[in-house]
Amino acid sequence: MFELRKVEKRFPNVRALKAIDFEIRQGEIVGLVGENGAGKSTLMKVIYGAYQHDGGEVLKDGIPVRFENPRQAMQKGIGMVFQEQSLIPNLSVMENIFLGFEQQFVKLGVVNWKKMAAAARFQLAKVKLDIDPRIITAKLSFAQRQLVELAKVLTLEERVDGDLVILLDEPTSVLAKEEVELLFKLVRELRSRAAFIFVSHRLDEVLELTDRVYVMKDGEVVDHVVSAEASAESIQRKMVGRDINKEYYREEKQLPYDASRVLVELRNATVPGQYSNVSFQLHAGEVLTLVGTEGSGREAILRTIFGLQKLVLGDLAVKGRKVESFSAEASVASGVGYIPRERKVEGIVAGMNVYENITLSQMGNYSRFGFLRIGDEKATAKDWIAKLSIKASSEMADCGNLSGGNQQKVVLAKWRSGGSDIILLDHPTRGLDIGAKEDVYEMVRAMNADGAGIVLIADTLEEAIGLSHTILVVKDGAIQKRFDCSAGTKPSLFDLVHYMI
Amino acid sequence: MPNLSFRGGDLQRWAPLLVLVALVVFFSMVNPNFFSLKNFARIGISATPPLMIAVGATFIIIMGSIDLSMEGAVAVCAVVFASIFMALGGTLGGWGWLALPACLLVGAACGLVTGAVHVGLRIPSFMASLSMGFVGIGLSLMMTGGDRIRVEDPLFRSLLTQRFLGFPLMVHVAFVVLLFAWFIQSKTTLGRNFYAVGGGEDLAHASGLNVRRVRIAGFALAGVFYAFGALFAVAQLGIAETATGYNFMFVSITSIVVGGTALWGGSGGVWNTLVGVLIVNVINNGMIVMGLPRYVQDGVLGLLVIIAVVLSTDRKSLAFVK
Repeated sequence: MFELRKVEKRFPNVRALKAIDFEIRQGEIVGLVGENGAGKSTLMKVIYGAYQHDGGEVLKDGIPVRFENPRQAMQKGIGMVFQEQSLIPNLSVMENIFLGFEQQFVKLGVVNWKKMAAAARFQLAKVKLDIDPRIITAKLSFAQRQLVELAKVLTLEERVDGDLVILLDEPTSVLAKEEVELLFKLVRELRSRAAFIFVSHRLDEVLELTDRVYVMKDGEVVDHVVSAEASAESIQRKMVGRDINKEYYREEKQLPYDASRVLVELRNATVPGQYSNVSFQLHAGEVLTLVGTEGSGREAILRTIFGLQKLVLGDLAVKGRKVESFSAEASVASGVGYIPRERKVEGIVAGMNVYENITLSQMGNYSRFGFLRIGDEKATAKDWIAKLSIKASSEMADCGNLSGGNQQKVVLAKWRSGGSDIILLDHPTRGLDIGAKEDVYEMVRAMNADGAGIVLIADTLEEAIGLSHTILVVKDGAIQKRFDCSAGTKPSLFDLVHYMI
Repeated sequence: MPNLSFRGGDLQRWAPLLVLVALVVFFSMVNPNFFSLKNFARIGISATPPLMIAVGATFIIIMGSIDLSMEGAVAVCAVVFASIFMALGGTLGGWGWLALPACLLVGAACGLVTGAVHVGLRIPSFMASLSMGFVGIGLSLMMTGGDRIRVEDPLFRSLLTQRFLGFPLMVHVAFVVLLFAWFIQSKTTLGRNFYAVGGGEDLAHASGLNVRRVRIAGFALAGVFYAFGALFAVAQLGIAETATGYNFMFVSITSIVVGGTALWGGSGGVWNTLVGVLIVNVINNGMIVMGLPRYVQDGVLGLLVIIAVVLSTDRKSLAFVK
């Protein structure tokens, strides 16, 4: 009853969806899996109307449709339960449920709260949630909010004709095991009311809940299996199966690290709710990669090393010295550099030019008594522009106008020129084209050769394996497994995935 | 260093200056008396105190915060200056000159307190500075008991009475202070930090900047410029009282915005503010020369702010306007 035929979606430079065929029948639960960047979220956005397809057809009950926005999709019975919870925390539950559709309770400009509360109770009963709809949403637990979101989407039942399709995006990622089971039970019961598309990183859950599974990779549906006949291993192989090009990751330049020089050491580090009992050492010349799904705790570990998050238990030592007061300022001073994931937001200051961005973290080196030596700043910037072949008209160019790859290089230059030798890379190649990615890999090797240690959160597993000396698999805030990845003894993708999910 | 003084697109960068030129041409055509050295000196005198105050507030706005404490700060600075000045003999020729640095210190202290309240207690700068402004007004009233303090030392008043190249001394002194502000903006780490905090506070923090310290320092620095404004205002009228601070808040914020410094921070600078202050004063002066009543002038200024924001800033990139 809902079908995609050869659907295409292009972005500048990227073909995000390639001839996607997808179908869901009434009362069915369909799984959608793939690695990060495989195109799952783009596909979902096309389905619920946040993006518009630019090739192929979307059919609802056999009729071609085109959604200009999520509201139009809702009017056709397609709703989305968001991963990052989309309820507004300072409104009451009922206001959230009917957000944007309050008109039905309004008479002469006045909202009839009693009527809305009764209607909200009716919706909440569908998801078996017995709470007062007048309660402020912020007071609910995550699991309860998830159900409220589901109830919100189920209001479509009364509002639109025809059958519902509900997308569940990683609904279990914040839930405890019993809550997951309750959710699954509920979803199965709701099959009479709607069809579900279930997106998750946890393959065992996908296989347990769904009837069929679509496997995506590189913007394509590479496989389509019946859940009862499939195994998690075969799906994993389809998700990641691709030859690793050794040269691409500059493996020939991977040198052994200096085991005698420990740059960072974590001992039984614990932050409740984020990770617990994490211990590892980062050595000079080493690339240490934290592998895990989103929310597994790997980002929190990086933030701790950079001083943005205080340890509750355990120790962090940087270059042999125990860290007592956690602050970004102190970390930068001891040689830690952090290259965050969202360059536009956190990596560069868009209004500032290249040399200002490069010296931002180390103005003390370019000033005396608070007065800047701008000549020296520019000389450094010129030097690094040449060294990293940054494509900018000059050191005076506004960083906001550079391409993603060149912005990334400016950020790297910032830390490297300041003498940072502990570099934290969070998805350094996200959103870059292949050439720019290779430049980043080249820089990683060059930093290693200079004796810098790198903690990496990679964009793909191949990248993690290709670049690393050591891989730590993190799941649910704990290190599951340590892999030695020296050149020649690299683990395979399947070894890793096995511990991740 | 044009790109440090003016940030933004080329047209947007020069738009305020073009507006200023157009206004001068327009008023000169309406009334030729407008275009005379004597009238320009008049504009210069009226623009000097607000320029100092607007320059101070510019640093705050570059950081993406706002400071509304200027009226209180100016009143306190003016009254403290006059009190010390009179107590020390009432002339610059004697020990009275000590009142000048004392006034600047008081300004810095006012700003420091505002900044500390804003950062330390995590109160939005808007609310913290507005409140501290009222505290300042109350404080100055308490010190004077509502009286005026006359400052009639001829040496001090020579800031207004002595002319050089047709302009009173205070205009020249103010220009030197402006150069000092530009130096801070473009040549010091503190100035660079203002832009970094306004352009991306999270990033500045992640680059190891102590953002809280930068913010407090910014407010203290602004306070020093408010003190300069207070000194010129006292020199202009020969009187220090609570009312010395009145009307500076609207005029200075208007000037900054009209000059092209974006209210959300990260762009603009003290040259923009100079142009903005001149635009506002040219309009005021021009309307007087044209013989328009006071209430029309106020209305025009209000409209001007809205037009300036529309023309001089790129609002498309803002997802939400709060």
